[in-house]
Amino acid sequence: MIAALRTPRGLVTALLLVALAVLPLLTQAFDQRYLLSIGTRIVIWGIAAVSLNMILGYGGLVSFGHAVFFGIGGYAVGIMGHHGVTSGWVQWPVALAAATLWAALVGALSLRTRGLYFIMITLAFAQLVYYIGGGLEAYGADDGLNISRSRFPGVIDLRDKASFYWLCLALFCATLWFCSRFANSRFGLVIRGAKSNELRMQALGFPVFRYRLAAFTLSGAFGGLAGILLANEGAYVSPAMMSWVKSGDLIVIVVLGGMGTLFGPLYGTIAFFVLEEALPPLLDLFRKGWGEYWQIVFGPLLVLIALYARGGIDSLLGKRDG
Amino acid sequence: MAEPLLSTERLVKRFGGLVATDNVSIEVRPGEIHALIGPNGAGKTTLVSQLTGNLAPDTGTIRFAGRDVTRLPMHARVRLGLARSFQITAVLREFSALDNVALAVQAHAGHSFRFLADARRDERLRAPARRGLEAVGLGHRADTPAAALSHGEQRQLEIAMALAGEPALLLLDEPMAGMGPDESQRLVTFLRALKGQRGMLLIEHDMDAVFQLADRITVLVYGRAIATGTPDEIRANEEVRRAYLGDEAA
Repeated sequence: MIAALRTPRGLVTALLLVALAVLPLLTQAFDQRYLLSIGTRIVIWGIAAVSLNMILGYGGLVSFGHAVFFGIGGYAVGIMGHHGVTSGWVQWPVALAAATLWAALVGALSLRTRGLYFIMITLAFAQLVYYIGGGLEAYGADDGLNISRSRFPGVIDLRDKASFYWLCLALFCATLWFCSRFANSRFGLVIRGAKSNELRMQALGFPVFRYRLAAFTLSGAFGGLAGILLANEGAYVSPAMMSWVKSGDLIVIVVLGGMGTLFGPLYGTIAFFVLEEALPPLLDLFRKGWGEYWQIVFGPLLVLIALYARGGIDSLLGKRDG
Repeated sequence: MAEPLLSTERLVKRFGGLVATDNVSIEVRPGEIHALIGPNGAGKTTLVSQLTGNLAPDTGTIRFAGRDVTRLPMHARVRLGLARSFQITAVLREFSALDNVALAVQAHAGHSFRFLADARRDERLRAPARRGLEAVGLGHRADTPAAALSHGEQRQLEIAMALAGEPALLLLDEPMAGMGPDESQRLVTFLRALKGQRGMLLIEHDMDAVFQLADRITVLVYGRAIATGTPDEIRANEEVRRAYLGDEAA
């Protein structure tokens, strides 16, 4: 534990986690409520990024529809709330089950394909749900649906921003913990071996499809959890939360942070949100109105990472020891 | 005679107009080393691919350990005890040598739906894997990434992986390819020591190795098995000499 702090990676990671842990105290002290809302979205997106990293980073499966789990988790909460089912004890398990089921279905079909076809099929399924969401007149169609936050009477009040933030952070840490165990477990090694050489793994006697399907489903479940939290964060769901742009953002986050590394998604999510928030005002300093075009700076930055730091931000923090 | 471990019956595989496997019936007996030889393009790899389940034959059957496995997927055949090494070295390059063999052990240790315990500290996987590495002479390279091993060492690693599941039959697809004479000779010695314990189907271009090791040899030419017999019989076979061996083994 202490030895880990002596490496740049350990130190940076520890500082980031400590900063996240005390964020509500800081934002309260400096009266910056908006920052807490960004922090909340960072840890929620962090959960989704860690879950995508399990299949994309460790498994080599480029799923281009991961934001669909934001939508399914979110809409499940929203629709139940709309019909008066506001208890989180009912909403959350149902939402998780819906995301898990959908992941199992999509995985069962898409994992029979490889490479570009896999990318296109996962995208197609996500778009399908996206358009269904936009067609749900009863639930606001494209405009989305205002919802009330899930209720856990006597346990936690999600309307309290700080409590909600800490819940999200705790779930993020739990997801990270699971991923750290998963990565070196028997299951994780099969998934990583199949990324390295699928045919070899089959020739060793592993039914690779089955393991990948389980990983895809698991990843979808954690994605659904992120969706539940995202809906509660904004008290709002809309098809936009599962547009292909969000799926792309998630891939960018995982690649930016470092694919197949434990803390890569954490670095990636923080970098992504900080740049998204900081670049526009910075550019506005140069000339009023330039801030709108912040992606002109963000894009080339990603290109530089792709060209010169193949392992993402994680690789900038020094060599890995295993 | 004992029932053969592996047998094919009138196996046919066509690619368009080309008959890559033409009515091939072969048998590998328990514990024997059966070599498959033939010129380039004779269809050796196509035949092996059907045996492992990589390719489905058009007609004919494959029996292994007393059951019809013609339509069984690759991983299921492996579980029955049919292991293989690859012609083009196929190790998990990002993993250490020990990890590679440990995964092979894991494949035979029941299902791998275990999500939390650290497999790299699991002695039930590590100890047999270490023994397997030592058996092929790679004990000192356990922690080296497979990608950093020499070509010959990677071939040895392949064999350690194939043996990890204690298979009844080992398919060796050109195990000596790209090896130096010393490495080849060491592998020959190692394989000979295994003889009698496991059946082996050996595809190999190195005729010295084949004639040293094989109990029986099948010669494949243009997809057809033109002869099967002991090394002496094959050496003496006129048709084989004409079609293939020629001056090489005269």
